[in-house]
Amino acid sequence: MRRLKSIGAFWYDFVVGDDWRVAVVVVAALALTAVLVHAVGVNAWWLLPVLVFAALGWSLRRAIRS
Amino acid sequence: MTALPLILTVFVACAVEAVEALTIVLAAGLTREWRSTFQGMALALAALAAIVAVLGPTITLLPLTALRLVVGALLAIFGLQWLRKAILRATGHKSLHDEASAYLREVTAAKAAASSSRGRVHDWYAFTLAFKGVLLEGLEVVFIVITFGANQNNVGAAVIGAAAAVVVVAVTGVLVRAPLAKVPENTMKFAVGIMLTSFGIFWGAEGAGVSWPGQDAALLVLVPVVALVALCYTLLLRPRAVQPASAPASEEVTSS
Repeated sequence: MRRLKSIGAFWYDFVVGDDWRVAVVVVAALALTAVLVHAVGVNAWWLLPVLVFAALGWSLRRAIRS
Repeated sequence: MTALPLILTVFVACAVEAVEALTIVLAAGLTREWRSTFQGMALALAALAAIVAVLGPTITLLPLTALRLVVGALLAIFGLQWLRKAILRATGHKSLHDEASAYLREVTAAKAAASSSRGRVHDWYAFTLAFKGVLLEGLEVVFIVITFGANQNNVGAAVIGAAAAVVVVAVTGVLVRAPLAKVPENTMKFAVGIMLTSFGIFWGAEGAGVSWPGQDAALLVLVPVVALVALCYTLLLRPRAVQPASAPASEEVTSS
């Protein structure tokens, strides 16, 4: 069980890293993009870059403040 | 799209990780025993090659849209990790990775550890140190090789980039016989972070159904824009009153 936990912790740290909020923003941005493209019919190519840049700035600000 | 950006991105990413792995291998080899160190290193490289050989062709069997969505998300998350760390280091909010002190730490630990043999391995400590070091540093490279290679349907080119970096770093390490402390690791991580984030945004959005203006040429705009944003954050987050002599952003000063 301990081994399983450490493997899980390794992969979490490997993929998600220091700030899980960045991962959440990326996934949410992709989901929102897909909804805009497929359900609303908007070619929202600009949405992901904008949200990614905002997430990076937010994460950096949090890291510096802490 | 040509294979050159793919090869270059994998080469730089792999070179950064290879420099870190070299530090561990040198510490194990020079303070313990070379034979066991090489055994550990060879086993780790074989494991990494096996992962690429199994996952590479398997992942290319996925439908391209799903592949781009998943890989794009992973690359963007992964790239932002690298970029975040590189910006924090460049602005002095996180200490720079110092190969010389990392080497000293490994050497101290290696000298203190007891010696024991298992099977054909004479020095188990040197073996496991080299194995873990190469495997853990190599996993990030494997991730990049597989995701970039699969997306461009050219795993072979990605492997060439990775292999070339390993050879260059290994040959340099053999010639110098010391950790490569002068390599501008943070600058390289910054560049790789930009590439991973850009490709992640590009493929992720395509996987979500977006049509980029200008198709593949959009990448030629996206990469400089990501670089510009990252540079702006670096400039904005730099401490205002920094004495020139203690400026933390200069890698040569702090990591050599």
